[in-house]
Amino acid sequence: MSSPAGITRATLLKDLRLEWRSKDAINSMLFFSLLVVVVFSFSFDPSAEESRQIAGGLIWVAFLFAAVVALNQTWAREIRNQVLDAYRVSPAPANSLFLAKTLGNFIFVGVLEALMTPLFIIFYRLRSLGPIWQLGLVAVLGTWALVVNGTFFAAMSLRTRSREIMLPLLLFPISIPALLAMVQATTAVLVGEGARFWIVLLVTYDLVFTTVCLLLFETVLNAE
Amino acid sequence: MKKAFPIFAVLTAVLLSYALYEALIGAPTEQTMGNVQRIFYYHVPSAWTAFILFFVNFGASVYYLIKRCSTADIVALVSAEVGVVFCTVVLVTGPIWARPVWGIWWTWDMRLTSTLVLWLIYVSYLFLRRFSSSGQTPLLAAVLAVLGALCVPFVYFSIWFFRTQHPQPVMGDGGSIDPRMLHVLLLNWLAFSCFAFLVCWSRYRLETLQREVDQAHALESLIGPRGGVR
Repeated sequence: MSSPAGITRATLLKDLRLEWRSKDAINSMLFFSLLVVVVFSFSFDPSAEESRQIAGGLIWVAFLFAAVVALNQTWAREIRNQVLDAYRVSPAPANSLFLAKTLGNFIFVGVLEALMTPLFIIFYRLRSLGPIWQLGLVAVLGTWALVVNGTFFAAMSLRTRSREIMLPLLLFPISIPALLAMVQATTAVLVGEGARFWIVLLVTYDLVFTTVCLLLFETVLNAE
Repeated sequence: MKKAFPIFAVLTAVLLSYALYEALIGAPTEQTMGNVQRIFYYHVPSAWTAFILFFVNFGASVYYLIKRCSTADIVALVSAEVGVVFCTVVLVTGPIWARPVWGIWWTWDMRLTSTLVLWLIYVSYLFLRRFSSSGQTPLLAAVLAVLGALCVPFVYFSIWFFRTQHPQPVMGDGGSIDPRMLHVLLLNWLAFSCFAFLVCWSRYRLETLQREVDQAHALESLIGPRGGVR
């Protein structure tokens, strides 16, 4: 239990159990991304050929907005009963907590994507011309990029006024390269072109930002 | 130190006026673009100055994370603020030049887009500084500055895939710039760097004073105005 991996597992299981019982994050994310899909469909005609060109951008914008809803709730729950203060004085490594929160958010956003993607395919009559496994890979890498930075910035914006507005203000500019890579890779696979460059870029982005977030998280957690 | 500031200010004003004269009258007129090209003596030096200031911001932030000294924090704050101003000048003068030459105000080309993203990153940095509660601002800002600077190569490479419409850099190989134009460009760069340094300096003095005043207020509320314990 007291090993870093044990602490990560315990925190992750606690978060998953809380979410399973309340379903706050997943319900609000699902409804939110559904709204985005519907609102977008009014702003242009989603006919087959056109939609394949813009679906990559649309799907990721919807997931990005929805992910912010979940990310904002990540730490809020720990503040209510001074759980975060308790964690700060405990000898548990800060990175175990960070990894648990990141994995938790990764699972939430992953479930959201699994549920919303079929709906996207139906609404926009999508049919991939490239290999499907590449779309899966892009989804995993892209979601990790969003979630690792998002969890980190959510912890940072805890210490600011109007923190719910602060998170997207911090997260979106830094995520632009990742978002661009996700959108371009998805569009490239959908229209049947190569997405190799974008996937390599996403892998590098994930590696660099995961490392830096792990290096700096303890500093942010203990910031007073 | 107190005398150095006005002397430097006067020198900068003289240098800026001379650089302005050289840019508008001294430099030869460009063959195809005509006088429109002269905005380039503001556009390019502003861009270089902004990039240098962002680099200073990164260095000061890393130094702050290691040493936790408040001078580094003030340097980081000041360089980001002035850097954003110069970057704004770049983003405004670019379209003014592009409209008559390219026929469009804006294009999502590599350099334009990456400069815009850079601007967005540092504006979000200033937002964080404005919104966070005072005690933790330096630390959180330094962390964000490091992440933002790390993001820059990714921005560059991801946008590299877009077709580039921007004129090639004049300083690299293959540049066919008139030596007289280059001279004016470098002169303007010197003038702009001095100006940026002057603004940073005055902003640094202001911020230092502000912090001293804040500290005095905090102290006064602790021990009372006449020094006795309340």
